[in-house]
Order: sequence, then structure tokens, then C-alpha cells
Amino acid sequence: MQRRVTFNSKFLPYLLLSPQVAITLVFFFWPAWQAIQLSVVQQDAFGQHSTFVGLTNFKELFADPDYVKTLIRTLIFSSAVALTALIPALILALMCERVVRGATFYRTLLVLPYAVAPAVAGVLWLFMFSPSVGIVAYWLKKMGMDWNPRLNGDHAMCLVIMAAAWKQISYNFLFFLAGLQSIPKALLEAAAIDGASNWKRFWTITFPLLSPTTFFLLVVNIVYAFFDTFGIIDAVTSGGPAKATEVLVYKVYYDGVHALNIGSSAAQSVVLMVMVVALTAIQFRYVERKVHY
Amino acid sequence: MSTNTLGQRSNWFPHLILWIGAFITLFPIYVTFVASTLTPRDIAQTPMQMWPGSQFLSNYMAAWDKGSAGTYMSPPAKRLLLNSLIVALVVTFGKITVSLLSAYAVVFFRFPGRMFFFWMIFITLMLPVEVRIIPTYQVVTNLNLLNSYAGLTLPLIASATATLLFRQFFLTIPDELVEAAKIDGAGPMRFFKDMLLPLSRTNIAALFVILFIYGWNQYLWPLLIVTSNSLDVVVVAIKKMIGGGAEPTDWHIVMSTTILALIPPVLVIVAMQKQFVKGLTDSEK
Repeated sequence: MQRRVTFNSKFLPYLLLSPQVAITLVFFFWPAWQAIQLSVVQQDAFGQHSTFVGLTNFKELFADPDYVKTLIRTLIFSSAVALTALIPALILALMCERVVRGATFYRTLLVLPYAVAPAVAGVLWLFMFSPSVGIVAYWLKKMGMDWNPRLNGDHAMCLVIMAAAWKQISYNFLFFLAGLQSIPKALLEAAAIDGASNWKRFWTITFPLLSPTTFFLLVVNIVYAFFDTFGIIDAVTSGGPAKATEVLVYKVYYDGVHALNIGSSAAQSVVLMVMVVALTAIQFRYVERKVHY
Repeated sequence: MSTNTLGQRSNWFPHLILWIGAFITLFPIYVTFVASTLTPRDIAQTPMQMWPGSQFLSNYMAAWDKGSAGTYMSPPAKRLLLNSLIVALVVTFGKITVSLLSAYAVVFFRFPGRMFFFWMIFITLMLPVEVRIIPTYQVVTNLNLLNSYAGLTLPLIASATATLLFRQFFLTIPDELVEAAKIDGAGPMRFFKDMLLPLSRTNIAALFVILFIYGWNQYLWPLLIVTSNSLDVVVVAIKKMIGGGAEPTDWHIVMSTTILALIPPVLVIVAMQKQFVKGLTDSEK
């Protein structure tokens, strides 16, 4: 981690570090500290006085059935997004490995959604599925389905999951493709000569060798569904109808900005911070294992 | 019938699946494009037609010069795109500059507190803006940075990904190179400028793609700290143009603005595809 040959200077390294350290202190440590502070006080209705209440905000949070519901909803939402984004990505990567011609062409098309902002992805899907003007909504209605994400919470949830997965497939696809390319062809050919079918080769060779990639992507996708889908949800449903698509990040925003319940919002921020740290730790353990692999 | 070693007889099946994938990928964008070339009345027709109409020029010109009316009086798209471009470029170059410097300090110097600073930067890797929005908002308010480009960009520059990436790369530079530079009498800044920067070119390009898209696509942060419409970035403006129901949505303007908002990041990804893939896979190591 340390180089053998280094430069000597008393002040230069501090000078070089100062921009990043300044920004980190002001926009990272200061807010994080404030979040922790705010999470252990309660303010009166006018924001004039605050009293130290210890862990009351956290206790209230977990005693609040709405918060627990949001927590469960977030878990369902992120597993659904992860699965819907991982499985098609794996299939597409497998197919892209098999075509001789046109692989670059397909890859270029399939990575495009990565460039689309989450909120814009939300608008694209909202438009297609809007009960009044949407083309897909029209097809669904023709097939006899009473499609209305503005009133039906399950419909709204499906819509945000599809939009979120659509955007994430590109990312997963690229990583699966890289993973597939690192599997030695000799293994697959040997199995083929021994008479193993396509299907058998996939389950006994490709899939196990891809498992580090898959696991890594699972963590990344859950982090994505937890935090980066705010724009999608805000654009498509604004957390509605009747909170049916309100996930944890959305609740932090809503309680802090619209409901002005700062103490609870700060406590929720702290809970989220703990979750990200846990997820990052899992990811790092995995990276460790990949080294030994 | 041709068969290769892996026993793949014909090649139509993978192509079929890939076409379906490409169709699902492109269909939402295509529908948006079609709607951006129709009159409001044609958009409201059910089902909406699936081929482009004749309003391409007039819709795009209206979006570019005037923007959307309604409850949210949007600035013209040229203003929105300019705001987005400024934010994306400042975030991108800000992050790259700041991280190049700090990674250089951490790798090429020995000084008291080196590991302390390294960990201080490293820890920021874990917390995205989304998690600490309310307190960061208060800090920005205290600093009087609401409704300013500085407030829009500075908090987004604080991140460790780029620093770690450059650190990783700097560690692979052979000691002989540094020694040779020292023997030739190059000081630390000279070495940085004349050797390290040129060597980091591909890494900088890879990061540029990832960070530009990151900056261009910001949503929650600009939504919070901008209250004057003229500073809105395009992504936020599109969402605001879709009315809450009191006023009908100008779908033809929304759709043309959406297509305009897609062009810069899509161009960057397509033109720099190799760097994009490298940046993506590097930044997750």
C-alpha cells in the first residue's frame, strides 16, 4: 500500500489533500453528525426548542406500524427489482456470447438504458402505462384488464419495479458478459465432447463459475433498488397510491421535506446509514473471497 | 447443417432472444420519440399511432425556445439543458481533479496522518446523498448556497470512488519511473504534471463517462435545493412538467424535452463505449 520511492515535502501533501478533505468535512461529516444529533432530539412544533430524548425517535420508529410496513415493502420491492433485472440480463448475456455476428450491435443497444436518468426512465414508463394516454395501458385494457396504477397499489408497484429493472438490466448484462468471457472455453468444450447438453453445461459449469459475479450483482442491485430508485418512484407514483410504493428512501424524503418531521426523518437516515454500511461490508467480504477464488 | 464444437446447430435462437431484449430496451424510447412528433390531440387518441407524425420541428422548436406552460412554468429546454450541462461538467471535472490530487498525496508522499486522511475519504464511499439529504440540505442552507450552481454541485463532489480508483492505478506505477524522474531533477508537481497525468489518461476518460452520466442524471439533490425555476436541471423539469392533475400535461412538449435530455448521455455512452465499460468495471473493484 505504501510505495518505496516517495517525494519529500512537509506541506505539499496536505495542500493536495485539502480540497477533498474540505468538501468531505463540510458536506459529509458535518451532515452525518447533524443527522445523528437530530435523531436523538425532539423539536417542538415551531422548531424553537429541542430536547434530548435519547433513543426515543428510534423506538417510536420501529413501533410505528407504517414504518415497519415501509420496511417490508422496501424488501419486497428490492428483491423484485433485483430478480427482474438479473434473470433477463443473464439470459441476454448468454445469448450474446453465442452469436457470432452482431454482438457489438446488440451490446450497444442493450446498454442504452444505463444512460437514462431514473426519473426520465420513470417518465417513459409512466407515459406507456398511463391509463389515459398510454399505449400499453390501452392494450392491457383491450385484453380485459382493469389497469389503473393511479388507484391500484399493486399495479403501481408493478410499474415501478418494471421501470427500475429496465434501467438496471444494462449494468447487469455488461457484468455477466465480462464474467462469461472469463470462463475458459476448454472446460465447456471438454464437457461438450463428453456429451453434456447445453442445459447441463450451463448448470454444471457456467452457472457455478459465474456465482461470484452473480453474488456481487445481487448486492449491487439491492443497493440500487434501495437508493437509486428515488427518481423513478417520485416520477411514476410519488409514493402513492395510498403509500403503496413508498420505500425507505422515499419516506425519509417525505417525512423530512413534506411532513416536516425532522426528528423521525433523521432517525430514518441513521437507520439507512447502518444498512448501507452493512451492505458495503458484505460486498467487501465478497471482494476478499474473490481474491482467494 | 453446420455444427461447432459446442454443438450449437443453428444460430437463430440467440438472435431471437436478443431482438426481444433490444425491443424491450428501445420500445419505451421509441414511443416517447413518436409522441414528440405528434400534436397534443393525436397523443390523446387511443390508441396512439405508432409511427412518427408531422410535428417534429414545431414541437422541438417550442420545447427549445418556450418550454411548457401550465402550473409549472418551465424555462425553455435550452436553458434546462445548459443547467444540466454545467452541473454534469462541474461535478465530473471537480471530482476528477479533487481525487487526482488527493490520491497523489496519499500514494506518493509519506507524512503524518496519511492513513487517517485515507480512511476519512474512504468512509464516504458508503453513504450516498440520498441517505443524508435533510442534514446536507441544512448545511447548504447555512452556507447560503441554495439556488446556486455551487450548492448544486459541491456536495456531489464529495465521494471516494474516484480517489480509490486513482490510488489503485498509482500503486501500479513502477518505482523506477519515479526514481528516474527524481534523478532528472523533477519536483513532485513536475512529476505529477508531466508523467502521472499523461499516464492516467485512459483512467480519466473511463471515469469521465461514468461521472458525466452520474452528474447529468442527478434528481433528488437538485429537486431539493433549487426553488427558482431558472436553475432547474432538465431531469427535474421534466418531472415537474407532468402536472398533478389540475392542469392537463403538455405531453408533446414533455416528450420532446425528454428526447433532448436523453441525447447527451446516450451520445457519451455510444461514442465512448470502451471507456464506459472500463469505467464501470473498474469503479466496482
